[in-house]
Amino acid sequence: MNEMRSPDLSLVEAQSETPEAYVKVKDLEVRFVSREATVKAVNGVSFELKKGEVLCVIGESGSGKSVMMRSLLQLHAKKRTRMTGEMRVGEHDIMKVTEKRMSELRGSTISMIFQEPMTALDPLYTIGDQIAETVMRHERVDRDAGWKRALELLELVRVPSPERRLKAYPHELSGGLRQRAMIAVALSCRPSLLLADEPTTALDASVQIQVLVLLRKLQREMGMSMIFVTHDLGVAAQIADKVAVMYAGRIIEYGNARDVLMHPEHPYTRAMLSSTIKDQDRSAPLDTIAGTPPDLRALPDGCSFAPRCKYAGPECLAAMPPEVTDGRNHMARCVRVSAVRGLLAFEPGLAAANVPA
Amino acid sequence: MWMYALRRLVLTIPILLGVTIICFALVQIAPGDPITSLVRPDTPPEQIAALRAYYGLDQPVVFQYLMWLWRVLGGNFGTSIANNAPVASEVMRAFANTIVIALISVLFAFVVSLVLGTIAAIRQGGIVDRLVTALAVFGISVPTFWLAVVLVIIFAVNLNWLPATGMGASGSDSFNYFVWDDFKFAIMPIVALALPPLAIMTRITRASLSEILNQDFIQTLRAKGLGGFQIITHAIRNIMPAAIAMLGLQLGYLIGGSVLVETVFTWPGTGALLNKAILTRDIPLLQGTILVLAGAFVLINLVVDLAQSLVDPRIKRS
Repeated sequence: MNEMRSPDLSLVEAQSETPEAYVKVKDLEVRFVSREATVKAVNGVSFELKKGEVLCVIGESGSGKSVMMRSLLQLHAKKRTRMTGEMRVGEHDIMKVTEKRMSELRGSTISMIFQEPMTALDPLYTIGDQIAETVMRHERVDRDAGWKRALELLELVRVPSPERRLKAYPHELSGGLRQRAMIAVALSCRPSLLLADEPTTALDASVQIQVLVLLRKLQREMGMSMIFVTHDLGVAAQIADKVAVMYAGRIIEYGNARDVLMHPEHPYTRAMLSSTIKDQDRSAPLDTIAGTPPDLRALPDGCSFAPRCKYAGPECLAAMPPEVTDGRNHMARCVRVSAVRGLLAFEPGLAAANVPA
Repeated sequence: MWMYALRRLVLTIPILLGVTIICFALVQIAPGDPITSLVRPDTPPEQIAALRAYYGLDQPVVFQYLMWLWRVLGGNFGTSIANNAPVASEVMRAFANTIVIALISVLFAFVVSLVLGTIAAIRQGGIVDRLVTALAVFGISVPTFWLAVVLVIIFAVNLNWLPATGMGASGSDSFNYFVWDDFKFAIMPIVALALPPLAIMTRITRASLSEILNQDFIQTLRAKGLGGFQIITHAIRNIMPAAIAMLGLQLGYLIGGSVLVETVFTWPGTGALLNKAILTRDIPLLQGTILVLAGAFVLINLVVDLAQSLVDPRIKRS
């Protein structure tokens, strides 16, 4: 394992976290407060992302990945949401900007693609109107210029016969075309950070790949940073530079895509990877992760995954395990993981004593 | 679009025929003999039989219907038994009076309900929301005839600002809604008619708007950087199909259900005419009035359907 990693070690170290990070999130906490309960959706998330990098956030439903991303756009209802921590995108301090400034950033500097192209577009407006509207809002141009831009954008996202599609309503397009239109809306003002919330989940398998390849291509051409939320590990492997695995509102493993996906160290990541279908014998039962994700209204002390973890011991429940980071910036949050010779290593038998404080 | 309109128009023909059958049948089923209310009690039977034959009441029912339908299609609604005047002109004059105040009422209610409902939906739980809810409950629960009487007591009797009843000196034929001296007679009927639709439509606007505001595409609009006003515009356009349907229903309710209000204000509309026709058992007049009202109801629904397909592109192509 170590032999495989060593050759490109220096290379990876050279490009590890530097002050030039474009997106910087530090200790982000998001709580949804209601009369009945407080939901701890995001519990101290930190990461950095450089210009042109793609971060894939992987996790089950309810792991806080979408909430984390919506926070970057301040899309949560102000009244019911408590947010603390730091979020910076370029020179903008997302936690401090005014609502007016934020609405100028939305759709221009930071834009977002949603999961459901069926419901994410207004059913009563034509595709052209919905794209042009964004352009008109941010670039202060008239309707004609907006529509001209919309046509270019539909061509950019490879929508066939774009002139006709501009005048179409969302219900007249297929799911794949609708998602392309959604991407066109998101890209309409050349954002420098694109947030994609499971953009391929609702699509047919063949269309998924097309949309994914398109997104990756456009992301590279436009030099955007991208945060891509998915629960599909195959998708993550396709497009990610960095991967963050989230569980119960925390990043429990983070690192370069290859490190995390090829050499996962956290038991959760390992279990998740072994529960995907690859070349298993059909007769062999699939591995699954037993149990259900924790209740975000009442999170236990200690590791949130411990109740489902087959390696868990009493020390796991005592306190939140610290982050363990190796020389390649591969991080895992588990008491059984330690940095050995500059690399993370998971040792099931190892006691908490060996973990650096 | 035009194909849809044409198809929808053709579809109204069987509905209208059904309406004529029901109109005709309703009056046949109703108890009471129109001839007995027309003549003195001591009239000889052969004279009554002659009258019966004169009005065609001695023919078989189906024949009576076809005769009646043929005349109706030619614009002849028969002659009023009570005063020997042609029914058509009497009904149309009354219908004009009714439809104008009904339209003004319902449009007024529509605009006000959109404004109030929107404010209530945006500031849910706020003061305006609670006031709107209170107003809506008031408007739905208060009987219009009571409201009409209270309006008369306050504005006509106590304050003496508005005339209590009737259409004033001009009367039905030369009444001009753009002249204050005439229009002031219409104000209280309009207000009394407008309150229930206003209350219902405000509630509907608030409910459908808050539903729309929770939909996914609203979040997309926010993520695009649109401001609150633009987002509300999107949301309001999305409730328009429902709002227009509601508008049509309420207009239909107003033209049919204005009997009480028109009676209180002695407004010479179809409501008052119906009242008169029923009391005098004036069958041709009753039939003509019901037919015009039912026909208007069908036409309103047609217009509503067409208007809906204009605002909602999903309708016409399905």
